[in-house]
Amino acid sequence: MSEHAHDTLLPATPTSGVEGLAADWGSDQRAFKNVPWGKAMMWIFLLSDTFIFSIFLTSYMTVRSTTTVPWPNPSHVFALSFGGDPIPLILIAIMTFILISSSGTMAMAVNFGYRGDKKKVFWLMLVTALFGLSFVGMQAFEWTKLIVDEGVRPWTNPMGAAQFGSVFFMITGFHGFHVSIGVIYLTVVAFKVRRGDYEKKGNYQIVEITGLYWHFVDLVWVFIFAFFYLW
Amino acid sequence: MAQVEGQQHPIGIYFKIWALLFVLSAGSYMVDYLDFQGLVRWSLILIFMFGKAGLIISVFMHMMWERLAIVFAILIPPVAILVLIGLMQMEAQYSWFSRMFFFAGGE
Repeated sequence: MSEHAHDTLLPATPTSGVEGLAADWGSDQRAFKNVPWGKAMMWIFLLSDTFIFSIFLTSYMTVRSTTTVPWPNPSHVFALSFGGDPIPLILIAIMTFILISSSGTMAMAVNFGYRGDKKKVFWLMLVTALFGLSFVGMQAFEWTKLIVDEGVRPWTNPMGAAQFGSVFFMITGFHGFHVSIGVIYLTVVAFKVRRGDYEKKGNYQIVEITGLYWHFVDLVWVFIFAFFYLW
Repeated sequence: MAQVEGQQHPIGIYFKIWALLFVLSAGSYMVDYLDFQGLVRWSLILIFMFGKAGLIISVFMHMMWERLAIVFAILIPPVAILVLIGLMQMEAQYSWFSRMFFFAGGE
């Protein structure tokens, strides 16, 4: 049977809903239709990263629930005073708002990418990278304060349970590492956008893929903020 | 690529979601600032957390416009984490009980 004859025998492929899911997965070529391979691979990488962060947070839950020594109150540990009374958790709140802002500028960059507005994409991605850089800067400040002023170490901690230090440095460190890599990634892609690499190809998909990574970094922070800082 | 299709949507939706994310973040900070405790605290933390995560994944990461084939492939596997959390919770209670029972008085 020739290929053409085979094609005509196939029923029309359903494109949406559960039938679409079954048809896509059953179509021995590409399961992820309308999804470029770069995006599919980024999603699969992010899925694996989800597991890593979930395992870190689950370990945190475990050590925090098993320790018989009181857990330091993050609300007080991360309070900051601007001349007056210390404001609880203020630095972390600012970092949260910075990351949300950067997610917004990133979403705009993706949108302008598909409109082919090279200049706006470049500037929006650069602003996103700068927000990311300021986030890492504040994290460096936070780490310095904890290490130098308060004497917190991964193995000891004057404020209570020793596990507080190990969990804090491991989780925020790994997240901060992601942000730093993201800043580099964004900057590289931004300059490639400015040089006209994607205009030549007529394809700004890479901006969306970079965006997925960046939004994921923000997403992880949502969980860290809820479980580490608010618990 | 046989099919290349970008996720292009009206820019207004991003502004709305962006504003909403700010509101939810402010809400989640307020949980701590106003010092809610107990069940209220936990409910609020989780509501704001899942609200933010849902908006980021569905709109900013375009999941709500993707086909179910990729949505399910990405969003269903993390559900397995719930099993790990359940197991570790049980394990943690046992460890804590043992520590209290055998090493009463702290470290």
